[in-house]
Amino acid sequence: MFASCADPKALDGLAWMLCYLSSGKHLLFYGSFLVVIALMLVVAPVALAFGFGGALAARSHIAPLRWFGKGYTSMVRGIPDIIFFLFVPVAMDQGLEYIRHKILCPDWTAPIRQGNDFLVCPAAKLPLNSAPQIYHEVYGFLLAVVAFAIVFGAFASNVIYGAMRAVPHAQLETAEAYGMTPAQVRRRILIPQMWTYALPGLSNLWMILIKATPLLFLLGVEDIVYWARELGATKSQIYDFPHPDWRLWYFLLLLAFYLGMTRVSEIVLGRLATRLARGQATMAGEAMRKAGA
Amino acid sequence: MKKLILTAAAALALSTGFASAEDVVRMGTEGAYPPFNFINDKGEVDGFERELGDTLCTKAEVKCTWVTNEWDSIIPNLLGGNYDTIMAGMSITDERKQTIDFTEAYYPPAASAYAALKDGADLKGVVAAQVGTIQADYVAKSGATLLEFATLDDTVAAVKNGEADAVFADKDALAAFTTDQGGALVWTGEDVPLGEGIGMGLRKSDTALKEKFNAVITAMKADGSLNAMIKKWFGDDALTF
Repeated sequence: MFASCADPKALDGLAWMLCYLSSGKHLLFYGSFLVVIALMLVVAPVALAFGFGGALAARSHIAPLRWFGKGYTSMVRGIPDIIFFLFVPVAMDQGLEYIRHKILCPDWTAPIRQGNDFLVCPAAKLPLNSAPQIYHEVYGFLLAVVAFAIVFGAFASNVIYGAMRAVPHAQLETAEAYGMTPAQVRRRILIPQMWTYALPGLSNLWMILIKATPLLFLLGVEDIVYWARELGATKSQIYDFPHPDWRLWYFLLLLAFYLGMTRVSEIVLGRLATRLARGQATMAGEAMRKAGA
Repeated sequence: MKKLILTAAAALALSTGFASAEDVVRMGTEGAYPPFNFINDKGEVDGFERELGDTLCTKAEVKCTWVTNEWDSIIPNLLGGNYDTIMAGMSITDERKQTIDFTEAYYPPAASAYAALKDGADLKGVVAAQVGTIQADYVAKSGATLLEFATLDDTVAAVKNGEADAVFADKDALAAFTTDQGGALVWTGEDVPLGEGIGMGLRKSDTALKEKFNAVITAMKADGSLNAMIKKWFGDDALTF
């Protein structure tokens, strides 16, 4: 990065460290922090949407929709996460390639499954072999988002379902007595009221999501854990910056990062809880009313 | 469901602009096995196999890109089509030949060796090896207690912290951790020749690509350029063809 870093073997002390920490590999390491934060910020709303849909489906009066909602939550919650993280991306990838193969290469006669091999025509590859590496990485990231969203969506769905049942029934009946339709009751009373009950469960999920991001690595996205392990490993003379096993330091950095994320989340979630408790018929809401009075 | 449609839309968007599916061979490697393959300080794949692979591609007149993948899942992801070749110091064995094909060897059957903190370590005690390697198979059959790790680094770390009595690996890869090259380990016991040499792994259905690379490897063996490259990366004492 700096001109003075051209010959790292001649450097020592602080200059060496500065060059070491600004090597191309370290820049990729720093970038991977952004990838992890991006994953959390993208997954959270998507998983929340999945959860919301699942909860509404599970409460539905239409039987097949209700079965779907309940089936989704109990299936995903019952199966180990790691199986989902390994299965969903592979199944999605091959499924999409299969569909593209059928559309784009109708003249292709060779079977797609040949022994162990999964073979689609070159034009159906996703992304194409000729696409730059960045597209492959974005694609892998998207698959990861879907896998995370399906898993966390199921848990969120159960939390929201429970929260909806916790809204005092008397309020819903009052709304009905005012002549609101079921859709209006849901939109005006049920959903605004349920957040305060859902927040503790959802904040738990958010914390688990923060800690689950190293699973990205399983999905082939080069995340902070991958780079920490790679950079910290013993580097022999073949590298520009030889050093002994420094994994401890890199993992301590990750520890600090994750603790920092947790702390920031706690502060934000605490404020959100206070905001949502305002005017609620809960103990927190009651305490607030008394303090104000 | 909504997400699926979004992904499909993104997928279509990704492929537009690349209408011509020009043939690019994606080369898969581990990136953690110097000097065969490693990630250099610029963050690129480097090493003997990078140089050889690039030469093979130029001579076979195909365009190549490099991708890294965990050693653990390197064969399944080849079969799934994430990349088209494996050049990752992978020894040709009968067991692997049941699932994938190999080109002819581009590196002769090299010695595997034990290393420990001091000479005379108990080779029938606890021995560390990288998971899914021919060395791990050998240790399991040797009567020692096998301790498997995901990467070579982890196996060496296990010896250093006393978890294992010795580590068993490719001598060329292990050399960087020995006292000869500033590491903490010393060679112990006898060298063991294993495998049929190192070759490039391909899907069984990819016969055309295999023939192309085989022709170039044969030519490079004949004109001595492969031997020169081996000497460059592994020193003058390295085994050659």
